[in-house]
Amino acid sequence: MTTVAVLVEQRDGAVARPTLETLTLARSLGTPVAVWIGAEPGAEALAHLGAHGATEVRHLDAGDAGRLPKVRAAALGAAASDADVVLVTSTFLNKEVATLLALETGAGVVVDAAGAEIVDGRVETTQTVFAATWNVRTRINAERAIVGLRPNTTQAAALDEPAAATPKTVIFEAPETPETLVSVEPVPQAEGVPLAEAPVVVSGGRGTNGDYALVRELADVLGGAVGASRDATDEGWISHEHMVGQTGTTVTPALYVACGISGAVHHRGGMQASGTIVAVNIDPDAPIFEIADLGVVGDLNDVLPQAIAALKEARGA
Amino acid sequence: MRILVTVKFTPDLQSQRSFTDGSVTRTADDGSMNELDENAVEAALQLVEAAGEGEVYALTVGGPDAVAAVRKALQLGAHHAIHVTDEEVAGADVFGTAKVLAAAIRKVHDETPLDLVITGMAALDGLTSMLPTALAADLGWAQLTLASELTVADGTATIVRHMPDAHETVSAALPALVSVTDEANKPRYPNFKLIMAARKAPVAQWSLADIGVDGASVGAIAARTTVVEAAPRPPREDRRVVTDTGEGGKVLADFLIERGLA
Repeated sequence: MTTVAVLVEQRDGAVARPTLETLTLARSLGTPVAVWIGAEPGAEALAHLGAHGATEVRHLDAGDAGRLPKVRAAALGAAASDADVVLVTSTFLNKEVATLLALETGAGVVVDAAGAEIVDGRVETTQTVFAATWNVRTRINAERAIVGLRPNTTQAAALDEPAAATPKTVIFEAPETPETLVSVEPVPQAEGVPLAEAPVVVSGGRGTNGDYALVRELADVLGGAVGASRDATDEGWISHEHMVGQTGTTVTPALYVACGISGAVHHRGGMQASGTIVAVNIDPDAPIFEIADLGVVGDLNDVLPQAIAALKEARGA
Repeated sequence: MRILVTVKFTPDLQSQRSFTDGSVTRTADDGSMNELDENAVEAALQLVEAAGEGEVYALTVGGPDAVAAVRKALQLGAHHAIHVTDEEVAGADVFGTAKVLAAAIRKVHDETPLDLVITGMAALDGLTSMLPTALAADLGWAQLTLASELTVADGTATIVRHMPDAHETVSAALPALVSVTDEANKPRYPNFKLIMAARKAPVAQWSLADIGVDGASVGAIAARTTVVEAAPRPPREDRRVVTDTGEGGKVLADFLIERGLA
């Protein structure tokens, strides 16, 4: 049976949602083992990983140096030396880690994948490219495969009969690197689900004129995260962490609501693969309407309050 | 300060991008230098200008059309341009491309040492962001990737890297490879004088033999991944645009409720 190593994404010591999706996909490829880099996982995390199919949780700690791509890749390599397939969440850091691990092991790599399966003994992946206007299937020719999976592309599902994951500590000595981590300044995290993982994203652009109150309120009502266009982050209306786009965060939520966003190609590239797209814009010629399932031409200051009220009323709140 | 910038020829974002035989279709008509590489050229020019001396090399690998990418770098102010072109490069994956670029960089570096190689954060066609890491590894240089800020002083490059949970400061001794994000700077516009000069500026054309690379080790045969299917995504069906005449918000809410999204 194929051993599939899954690198665990953590948030404050807990398992982040994309990892549950990755584990779910890993079960369809072989026997999943989880790789946990950082302080020792707690009982809750172990149970969570086990419930989603991890048979083992291999733990190693490299301290802050584990943030460096080379150290992280070495740690993952040490824990996953017996794995035929390594799955990671497709983040900027993990793409670097995947590249380094592939150079070390000769594995083939696909990042930003939306799915993976084994076809005739090799891993094949599916993904969207060119601002999500094309579907592509890629075959990994090498015997070993590393795949970076985009959040929200697999539905996370727990096992019917959850088994316990066996914790194992891997002896690991971090390699010397030519890069030195001088300092780490934590970024205050927005409340709620992180943008990349949110099932619903409500974004505001130039049309908000810097006032995000309505966008935030709609996001709250829908249980979603708040995003923004490049225009809005460049204006300093909202921090760069909220930027949806090809060079910011790429999102693929079930629902994307674009408020006062014209839909420049850079922005579309970061959200076009979303499930359902709704756009509100005062300009009937805004390109965002070309890709929206529902477009409302109008002033968001009129449309959003009415929509929020109607949604609240519908759920009897 | 001697800096080499790698640039990529990519299809224009506004054009109809497509695949031919498993590779991105690239034609001179609707292609140019990858937009994110402008930030790399800008970072190099700023460092040379601040140092008051130095040279910027622009390097690309690709078919005949790819020369447009280094010409764009010349227009922006790069001093030298190199175009590695060879039929055997066709179908190369990221590791093959890195190998070719590294060999060309070593050829420049061996003649007169470089201080830095600077790349963009990603190419807007593939967007994998893997090349800078693969290239640094091939060169055996430090990788300072995804720099939102870059400073060079006393033989050391220091970057600030914006990760989702923290801003990291990372440093390494020169020579090093740096990839810069689009937050790092605002690229300049080419001026008329440079545009005219760039037309006539010589571009060195190197084959794989010139840089000592065996074609079989980098082209399609060596690729660890192959695109086996590529098709345009079908357009969204049942799209609807309504104009708000006082009920727009209700229409929106009803739509979400109907689809089970609210």
